Amino acid sequence: MTASTAPPSSAPLLAIRGLSKAFLGVQALDGVDFTLRHGEIHALLGENGAGKSTLIKTLTGVYQRDGGTVALEGREIAPRGVEEAQRLHIGTVYQEVNLLPNLSVAENLFLGRQPMRWGLVDRGAMRRRARAILMPYGLSIDVTAPLGRFSVATQQIIAIARAVDMSAKVLILDEPTASLDAQEVAVLFKVMRTLRSRGIGIVFVTHFLDQVYEVCDRITVLRNGRLVGERRTAELPRLDLVAMMLGRELEAAAHRIDLGPAELDSRPPLASFKAFGKSRSVEPFDLDIRPGEVVALAGLLGSGRTETVRLVFGMDRADQGEATVDGRKVRLKGPRDAVRLGFGFCPEDRKKEGIVGELSVRENIILALQARQGWLKPIPRRRQEEIADRFIRLLDIRTPDAERPIQLLSGGNQQKALLARWLATEPRLLILDEPTRGIDVGAHAEIIRLIERLCADGMALLVVSSELEEIVAYSRRVVVLRDRRHVAELRGGEVSVERIVAAIASESKSGEVRQ
Amino acid sequence: MTLSAPGPSRNLPQYGALIAVLLANWLLFPDFFAIRLQDGRLFGSLIDVLNRGAPVALLAIGMTMVIATRGVDLSVGAVMAISGAVAATMTGAGWGLPAVLAASLAAGLLCGLWNGLLVAVLRIQPIIATLILMVAGRGIAQLVTEGQIVTFTSPALAFIGGGSFLTVPMPVVITIALLAVTALLVRATALGLMIEAVGVNRLSSAGAGVNTPVVLVAVYVWCGLCAAVAGLIVTADIRGADANNAGLWLELDAILAVVVGGTSLLGGRFGLVLSVVGALIIQAMNTGILLSGFKPEFNLIVKAGVLLVVLLLQSPTLTLFLPRPKGARPMGTVKPPVAPTSGGAKP
Amino acid sequence: MTSALQRFLPLIVTTAVLVVGFLLCAAQFPNFASWRVVGNLLTDNAFLGITAVGMTFVILSGGIDLSVGAVIGFTTVLLAVLIEHGGWHPLAAFAVALIAAGGFGAAMGGVIHVFQMPPFIVTLAGMFIARGLGFVLTTDSVPINHPLYGELNDIALRFGAGGKLSLPAMLMLGVVVAAVVLAHWTRFGANLYALGGNRQSAELMGVPVGRTTVAVYALSGLLAGLAGIVFSLYTGAGYSLAATGVELDTITAVVIGGTQLTGGYGYVVGTFVGVLIQGLIQTYITFDGTLSSWWTKIAIGVLLFVFILLQKGLLTVWAGRGGEPAEA
Repeated sequence: MTASTAPPSSAPLLAIRGLSKAFLGVQALDGVDFTLRHGEIHALLGENGAGKSTLIKTLTGVYQRDGGTVALEGREIAPRGVEEAQRLHIGTVYQEVNLLPNLSVAENLFLGRQPMRWGLVDRGAMRRRARAILMPYGLSIDVTAPLGRFSVATQQIIAIARAVDMSAKVLILDEPTASLDAQEVAVLFKVMRTLRSRGIGIVFVTHFLDQVYEVCDRITVLRNGRLVGERRTAELPRLDLVAMMLGRELEAAAHRIDLGPAELDSRPPLASFKAFGKSRSVEPFDLDIRPGEVVALAGLLGSGRTETVRLVFGMDRADQGEATVDGRKVRLKGPRDAVRLGFGFCPEDRKKEGIVGELSVRENIILALQARQGWLKPIPRRRQEEIADRFIRLLDIRTPDAERPIQLLSGGNQQKALLARWLATEPRLLILDEPTRGIDVGAHAEIIRLIERLCADGMALLVVSSELEEIVAYSRRVVVLRDRRHVAELRGGEVSVERIVAAIASESKSGEVRQ
Repeated sequence: MTLSAPGPSRNLPQYGALIAVLLANWLLFPDFFAIRLQDGRLFGSLIDVLNRGAPVALLAIGMTMVIATRGVDLSVGAVMAISGAVAATMTGAGWGLPAVLAASLAAGLLCGLWNGLLVAVLRIQPIIATLILMVAGRGIAQLVTEGQIVTFTSPALAFIGGGSFLTVPMPVVITIALLAVTALLVRATALGLMIEAVGVNRLSSAGAGVNTPVVLVAVYVWCGLCAAVAGLIVTADIRGADANNAGLWLELDAILAVVVGGTSLLGGRFGLVLSVVGALIIQAMNTGILLSGFKPEFNLIVKAGVLLVVLLLQSPTLTLFLPRPKGARPMGTVKPPVAPTSGGAKP
Repeated sequence: MTSALQRFLPLIVTTAVLVVGFLLCAAQFPNFASWRVVGNLLTDNAFLGITAVGMTFVILSGGIDLSVGAVIGFTTVLLAVLIEHGGWHPLAAFAVALIAAGGFGAAMGGVIHVFQMPPFIVTLAGMFIARGLGFVLTTDSVPINHPLYGELNDIALRFGAGGKLSLPAMLMLGVVVAAVVLAHWTRFGANLYALGGNRQSAELMGVPVGRTTVAVYALSGLLAGLAGIVFSLYTGAGYSLAATGVELDTITAVVIGGTQLTGGYGYVVGTFVGVLIQGLIQTYITFDGTLSSWWTKIAIGVLLFVFILLQKGLLTVWAGRGGEPAEA
């Protein structure tokens, strides 16, 4: 893949120089430069908190910049709102499709700019033009049907079509592939390449490095609100890219801990799932988890990792297969069943499914324990405070005191408080979905150390993580998923980033053959 | 999302408002605080405020917990009518007081159970779920009374509305008792915590193993019970059941009392006593308007004014600009800025 | 099931209930299937229908307006006081009343938008204020004796045998037709649905959220004011306690009409049918003579329950399609 599609022109499509933005003292962007050329797909990369979102929102007028310049084809711009950004030919498509599922496809495409005739919306013309707009994208669908009836991928393409049709010269795609499967991603990439050939500049934000190398011409990396560098994709080896993003040389899988091999396999499984699955969610799988081991689920987003652990914890109800704990068949109809069996679950979406924001750290920590005891046996306030204080110390949760509402804590500390919630119940199986997502580097390392310690204490852990190095560091077994299916299991010495990637990738090829 | 936890010093506005309204009444009517004992029962304007405020206070007790779970119960007025209709009709038919009380309260519990099941099991929005009973409930009450205003002469039932216990009027005694029982029920158990947890985040609470359906059903059942008690008191007071007008619009007063008491309509932290204080503030204002010689018609406008002021103080737009009351929290917290990124947490 | 059929299913079911209900009534009472009954059904429910149209818009946008009954009551009092006590010409009074009601709605919409307060509670305060203002004007029922009232009440299109379309009925039908056009053939209508679908997305797509919010409550207030005029024509009086509970009847009509109370889905026509179903139940009970009036409330409650369940079921079906649990 080369970046030679567009000839060098006098003024780049979009030139951002020295962009700065702060939120109440927190410098989200600090003198960032970014250049987008005509007919280029430009990856904007960085870890959580790098400033990608702030950069995008400043570009699209959601935020006003504190300093720096933004020039579109050499002309200085400062959009004060989404509408103005659209008028300035900057279109954005977000990860969660920001269209309206209750409106028809045509209405979504033309909201706010419907074709009018005699002062009324010309619905016929709207339908015709909607079909025409979608044609180049290979979408021939009923444009009068509500948008919500279509798959996320289709909605995503409709969103792109809307943005492009609103004469976008700059198209910002903010993690558009997060919830798409491989085939849908391929369609999306085709669309992106077509748009590139039409001279449109695309800013592509993603977490998937494979995709970066597949489709992007250039890469700009941000870290902690600062520009790390801009490179041509062809000239930037993967390891260097990762190093740029993480800001540290990867220690490879150097500190892989001793996981006490063969002996563990002979232990009877704590929990065992046979042909466990849910239609339209994850294919039936077999999974054994033994006390004292860490089992990791690896795979791309949408591969069925989260779905698997949600079934195991009863957040979603399996419609086939059976689960046994200690050799006895159990029912898992809801989280309460799982809690009673000694399971704990830290979900991926902390805010929505984890913390109870307005309640204090103390109340959040004792909630699961209290729920298990039932409402009739309240934990005395004194005991609550002891538990809370113990875990605040143990996990080094940074909070002025246990009475602070948990929503005021940083993401990493919220995550640790959620861990504390489950540790307080002394679980036998702890399920962690992306335990290090959105957490700063320091807390990240602490959580990994904690995982290692917990497993040494004999607790079983089931971990979902996108960070392969992390998985390799602490897992004794890795189950690799792809396309909502468990496709491979690596154990002991087999566990390595290369093997995991290979397992994901090999399946990907056979998947393509299948089509 | 407001951070309106009724901490110790956050209660000050409510108590302050109550005292201010009472003082205003006293200025208008110097005998306001005068209390006299007559026939073994206390009389006086202050007692009157308590006595007349009892039904709304009772409704507010149940409503508080419903609102704390992020719900609302529009049917309490209709439930009052049903319980009153049951009580008056059964008394008229010659049943004894225990049976009458049991049947009326059971009617209230049943209504609450219905609402609770709709909200918790069928997952219907609370406003809509309780709207059904609000519409149909009055019809049911009329069905019980066969469209008549049923009167009765039983002194036993009338005692609940007009009698007194240790010189204190029965409605006040019953309200205090129910408040105490409710407070004990939620604060001496873990129910209060679970109610607040479910109200703040139902998904997270369920994920932590909280039995959310049971918590939800429980608050609606309790709310139905409170409404039934309020209905009994009103019926006993007027010695009759008027299915058309008993408890009419009182659901709105109850919601108002809860909101004035500082419990957020968005669920979460709740204060039972504060809601009762809210009910008393409303009643004291009603009484004050009467005493000051204004037409009672001004009541509604004043109520609306109070409601708007309280809401404005809770409004997210305003709280961004107004400093929080000093000492509201031990550590002097500042609400974090709107997170710059959607998911990523900033230090 | 084709997509169009599925989309209109709530509307189809509601209409079917109306038609079947009417046929059942007609089968039981020979006089029922007459133009007179139909004409009366429209006239008697005109004010409700007009109000319900405004409520539909508010609910479609994701809000609710509890003040409409109080605004109707206030309007009738204002008209009576202006015409009878103030000696105004009714037309001038009508204009003032419409401006006042619309302005009142706009103010509530402004408060809801600017202070980000729940519509439920703001319009509850609005209900108190409107009732209170009515009380302050007068607590008596004031008869309106202006000759124009009689003339207006005589306007009617006669059709069939004994059937007549009164001015209120015509007004209601006109409002419904205008509302359908507004909902589906204007940008404002699309913005309303967008707002009800997802406020944040709507804003990102350039929908003027503030303006639309203020406008929809203003419209609801305006229509409540118009309903107040119709109500005063109908009753020939102004009374501050008039039309109590109408907010509930209208919300019920909206729900029975297939509109989602969470906003974004629904049709004005459905609401119109919902109003007629409520009217039909009342007419049936009047015809029957032995049934007591409270059966109306119970029947409407049952209908409400059934339709909410129906909506729930449909939503689940919709969510099941293409709504794969996303991992993100």
